[in-house]
Amino acid sequence: MNDVILQQITKTYEKGKVLAVDNVSFEVQQGELFGLIGPDGAGKTSIFRMLTTVLLPDSGKASVAGFDIVKEYRSIRNLVGYMPGRFSLYQDLTVRENLEFFATVFGTTVDANYDQIKDIFEQIKPFINRRAGKLSGGMKQKLALSCALIHKPEILLLDEPTTGVDAVSRKEFWEMLKKLKAQGITILVSTPYMDEAILCERIALIQNGKIMSVDTPQNIIRAFPKKLFAVKSDGIYKLLNDFRSHHEIESCYAFGEFLHITLKNQELSAMESLQRIAIENGHSGIVIKEMEPTIEDSFIRLMKQNREKDTGMPLTQ
Amino acid sequence: MENKAIICKDLTKKFGDFYAVNKVSFDVAKGEIFGFLGANGAGKTTVMRILCGLSYPSSGEATVAGFNVYNQQESIKKNIGYMSQKFSLYENLTVLENIEFFGGIYGVSRKEIKERANKLVEYLGLQNETKKLVGGLPLGWKQKLAFSVAIFHRPEIVFLDEPTGGVDPVTRRQFWDMIYEAAASGITIFVTTHYMDEAEYCNRISIMVDGRLEALDAPGNLKNRFSANSMDEVFYRLARKAVRSDD
Repeated sequence: MNDVILQQITKTYEKGKVLAVDNVSFEVQQGELFGLIGPDGAGKTSIFRMLTTVLLPDSGKASVAGFDIVKEYRSIRNLVGYMPGRFSLYQDLTVRENLEFFATVFGTTVDANYDQIKDIFEQIKPFINRRAGKLSGGMKQKLALSCALIHKPEILLLDEPTTGVDAVSRKEFWEMLKKLKAQGITILVSTPYMDEAILCERIALIQNGKIMSVDTPQNIIRAFPKKLFAVKSDGIYKLLNDFRSHHEIESCYAFGEFLHITLKNQELSAMESLQRIAIENGHSGIVIKEMEPTIEDSFIRLMKQNREKDTGMPLTQ
Repeated sequence: MENKAIICKDLTKKFGDFYAVNKVSFDVAKGEIFGFLGANGAGKTTVMRILCGLSYPSSGEATVAGFNVYNQQESIKKNIGYMSQKFSLYENLTVLENIEFFGGIYGVSRKEIKERANKLVEYLGLQNETKKLVGGLPLGWKQKLAFSVAIFHRPEIVFLDEPTGGVDPVTRRQFWDMIYEAAASGITIFVTTHYMDEAEYCNRISIMVDGRLEALDAPGNLKNRFSANSMDEVFYRLARKAVRSDD
């Protein structure tokens, strides 16, 4: 059964001038941890706002837990827990007051549902009398998640919960999501961090309001159409420019300490070709290896393919 | 001394009994891309504020572009550029107005502003957008423009505070191309980021934990020292020991 269904949803702003969500369809299954992966301005927040029934689509249909987002919006509001992208708790209420407020709004009490948030809330309990505005980024995030969970929602909608949070807190947050998933809660989470995609069961890659791909992270990686090579030398920036301007190279971009490269022709001697090009350009300390693509490689490739279709700009750019 | 853009020795900042920055020492060479990492609350912003001439240290020494952080703050401000994701350009001014405004603030002459603005607009491919409000530009263009404006007065050093947050992976790389180009032209780059793959693009990286500088080296050397496969791993090992966060 699918808990969240979007069918050809389109949303525009400013009287149709700005196309935010462009004919988007995907489904999230019950109990699934589903990621919406894309940069700022891709349309992620508009999708969340429609699913939480605070925004109406221009066209298309969508349902949450079987309820239509337009006709049955009231039923949806009781069933979902929502963590907006911008910190939306009351800054001048304390941790305890915020939690009690959200429990009351949903017609329950903190005590009645405490087991649901226990694991997460214990971590911020020492600061229970501190005002929410005075919490650190990581703690705000934990409080916001507790408030989104306090009415025992069936579905969690988390809009960029890890944006602006440091790498350590990000890891902890994903551990919490895994535990919630194990309890059977359906989770739709968005993120601009491509490395978090691999932590989801299925993902949708979104850019400029359009879904580029929906699948498991493993299948998206498997669908990468070319062999991918990682290359480095002592002069990495020169190497980037040398490879980019070479006619045998299809795409080349920086990725951590390496360049990631695909060749136009996939002959067996690809490694030798790369070695030769690097040597011809006077490089030393050359390292070349074949590697499995990451989600970020797939995202870059899909983005560039779409751009090539629209503008004719080659993949090397 | 001559080839150092930034020198810090035992730099310390106390707020009451709290050591936000605790005896931090490092140098940044001219033209270097220097990555400045740390968990939220580690003290990065405090160090940045001191180096930008916005806050005084409690003790220790620091010079930026040869100027002392205690008594030459105004000279520091004239010789640095600054860009962050949060503050960069005025959204309700046009592209050209933003360039003219920041050029003017930094004392570039009208004639120079005009010449450099033309070149810049062409370089960025914004010829048809000069009279458009910055607020209406796509995020990626805004960030490239913001960086160009931050180095428009040809500062010795530019401070970039999480410049690439939220941008798509292609634009993020185009942005780093611009950083490389600026560094090659001699501008020193001091950059903070939450993207660990970007840490690899730096010549050297420092990692702050609880107000102290816990690591400082080239990315490859740090990975060797911690027997880690990625900078992500290095960062995680150092930063998870942290006891404090930004509260």
